[in-house]
Amino acid sequence: MTIMSASLLPVASLTLDPLSDLMQLTAFPFMVNALEAGTIVAVMAGVVGWFMVLRRESFAGHTMSVMAFPGATGALLIGLPAAVGYFVFCGASALVIGLGGSGAHRHRGEESAVTGAVQAFGLACGFLFLGLYQGVLAGYENLLFGDFLGITRGQVLLLAVVTLLALAFFTIVGRPLLFASVDEQIARASGVPVRALALAFLLALGLAVAATAQITGVLLVFALLVAPPATAQQITSRICASLVLSVVLAVMITWVGLALAYFYDYPVGFYITTVAFAAYVLARVGRAVIDDPTLIARRLGLADASA
Amino acid sequence: MFDQEFVRNAWLAGTAIALACGLVGHFVVLRAQVFAGDALTHVAFTGAIAAAAAGVDIRIGLFAATIAVALAIGAIGDRQAAEDVTIGIVFSWILGLGVFFLALFNTSSGGGNGLLGARALFGSIFGLSAGDARLAAAIAIVTIGALIAIARPLLFVTVDPEVAAARGVPVRALGLLFLALLGTTAAEATQAVGTLLLLGLLAAPAGAAQRLTANPYRALALAAGIAVLCTWAGLTLSYLLPQLPPSSAIIAFTCGAYLIAFLVTSELGSVRRRVAACGDWNET
Repeated sequence: MTIMSASLLPVASLTLDPLSDLMQLTAFPFMVNALEAGTIVAVMAGVVGWFMVLRRESFAGHTMSVMAFPGATGALLIGLPAAVGYFVFCGASALVIGLGGSGAHRHRGEESAVTGAVQAFGLACGFLFLGLYQGVLAGYENLLFGDFLGITRGQVLLLAVVTLLALAFFTIVGRPLLFASVDEQIARASGVPVRALALAFLLALGLAVAATAQITGVLLVFALLVAPPATAQQITSRICASLVLSVVLAVMITWVGLALAYFYDYPVGFYITTVAFAAYVLARVGRAVIDDPTLIARRLGLADASA
Repeated sequence: MFDQEFVRNAWLAGTAIALACGLVGHFVVLRAQVFAGDALTHVAFTGAIAAAAAGVDIRIGLFAATIAVALAIGAIGDRQAAEDVTIGIVFSWILGLGVFFLALFNTSSGGGNGLLGARALFGSIFGLSAGDARLAAAIAIVTIGALIAIARPLLFVTVDPEVAAARGVPVRALGLLFLALLGTTAAEATQAVGTLLLLGLLAAPAGAAQRLTANPYRALALAAGIAVLCTWAGLTLSYLLPQLPPSSAIIAFTCGAYLIAFLVTSELGSVRRRVAACGDWNET
C-alpha cells in the first residue's frame, strides 16, 4: 500500500524553492527511478493515446489497460515476472478485440459488446487468479492503483526499450495510420491496408498500456492515455503541434503527479488523474470561451431559462 | 444446497439482478453505450468507497454516484463525437478520486480493512443478508418495471432518433431516463458481482442475444434469459467449488455464452441476419 510505505520515509516537505524541492525529489534512488520511468511512460502514452483519441478507441484502450490485472495476477500465480503477464494478456486482448470486433460488417454496438465481454472476462480471470494465489491480498491495490515506489532499474530499461519500439512503429506507420484514422473509406480506396493497420495499432496500444500499467496501476493507465491527447486536441487542431503538445502535457502531468505524491501522502494515481482532468477542463473551457466570448453569459442565461 | 440461508439470499438477489442487467444491457448494446456502462461501473466503486470513508451506508454512495454520473453523461453527451473522450476523462478522474477515498478510508480505519475495497471491486454475493437480498430484489424489480414501461418508445428512439423526434417522442428525456436506469442497475449489481465484473453481466448476454436473433423484443427476452441462466450456473459452480469466486464464475459463463453465440453465427449467417434486421426495422 502506497500510504503505509510512504509513511516509512523521512519527512519531505514542499518548500516552494525550486532548487531545494528538486534536490529533495531526487535524493533517493527510488524516486529517480520513478521519475525516469514516469517520463518514459508519459512520452509513449502521449503518442499512442493521441492516435487512440483520434480513432475513438478509448473503450478498447481502457479494456486493454484492465487486462494488465489478470496478466499480473496470472504471472504471479505461475511464478513469472509480472511484466511478462502484462504483455501477454494485453497483446492477446488486442488481437481478440481487433479480430472479433472489426468484421466486414462493422457495427459500433456489437464491436463494443465484444470489447466489454473481453474486459469482463479478463477481470474475472484476474480475480480468480488472485483467489487461487492465496497470497497477501494487500498486493492487489498496488496492481490496480499503481506503486511508483517499487520501480527497479530493470523495469526502467524495459520501459525504455518498449517505448523505443513503439515510437519506431509510429514513425513507420504514422502517416498511413493517420490517413486511415481520419478517413477510412478514402484510405481503403487508395490502397492503404486499413484492417491490418487497425490491428497493428491495437497491438501497439496493448503493449503501451502494458508498460504504462506498471507505473500508474491498472485502473489509472487510462488517465495518461486519454487526457493529454484530448487536451492537446482541444488546444490546437494542427496535427504535429497537437501530437507534440500531447507528449509535453503527458510528461508534465506525470511529473506534477509524482512530485505531489512524494510531498503529500496520497496515492500517485489520484494526483495524476486529478491534474490530467484539471488540464482538460481548463483547455475545454478556454477553447469554448475563445471560440465564443459571449458563451458564458449565454449559458448562464440559458440555465436560468431552463430552471 | 438451498438448505443454507446465504445460498437462498444469493439466488434471490442474483436472479433479480441478472434479470435487470440482461434487460438494461440489451439497450446498452443496442444504443452503443457499453463504454458509458463501463464508466458507470467504475463510478460505483468510487461511490462505495466514498460512502465508507464518510461512514454512511455503502448503498447510498453507490446509488448517488452512479445516478449522478449517468445524468451528467446524458447531459454532456449530445454530440456523439465528443462522447468517447469526455466519458473517458471524467471516469478516469472519478476513479482517481476513488483511490483517494480508499487511502482516506484506510488511514481512518487504521489500515485494517483491506476487505472493503475487494468487496466493492469484486462483489460478495454470498455475503448478503436476507434483508440485503430482499432490498436488492425489490430495487431490481422496480428498475425492470420502469424499463418495460418505456421499452417501446426507447426502442423507437434507439433505432431511429430523427424519425422518433419528428413524431414527438421525447428523445432526450428518454435517453436521460435510460441512463438513470443504467446507473441504478450498476449500483445494484455491484453488490452481486462487484464493479469490475459488472460489464460482463451487462454486455455479454445482450451481445450474445443480438447475435442470435434480429428481432429486438426476442433479443430482449433472450438477453434476460441468458443473464439469469448464467447467474444460476455460476452460483451453483462456485458453491460446488469453494475456491472459485461466485462473480468470476458468473462472468465466465456469460462470456462463454457470448463466445458460443459468436461462433455459431458465421459470417454468412451475419449477412442474412442483417438483411432480416433491415426488413424488421423498416416495418416498425
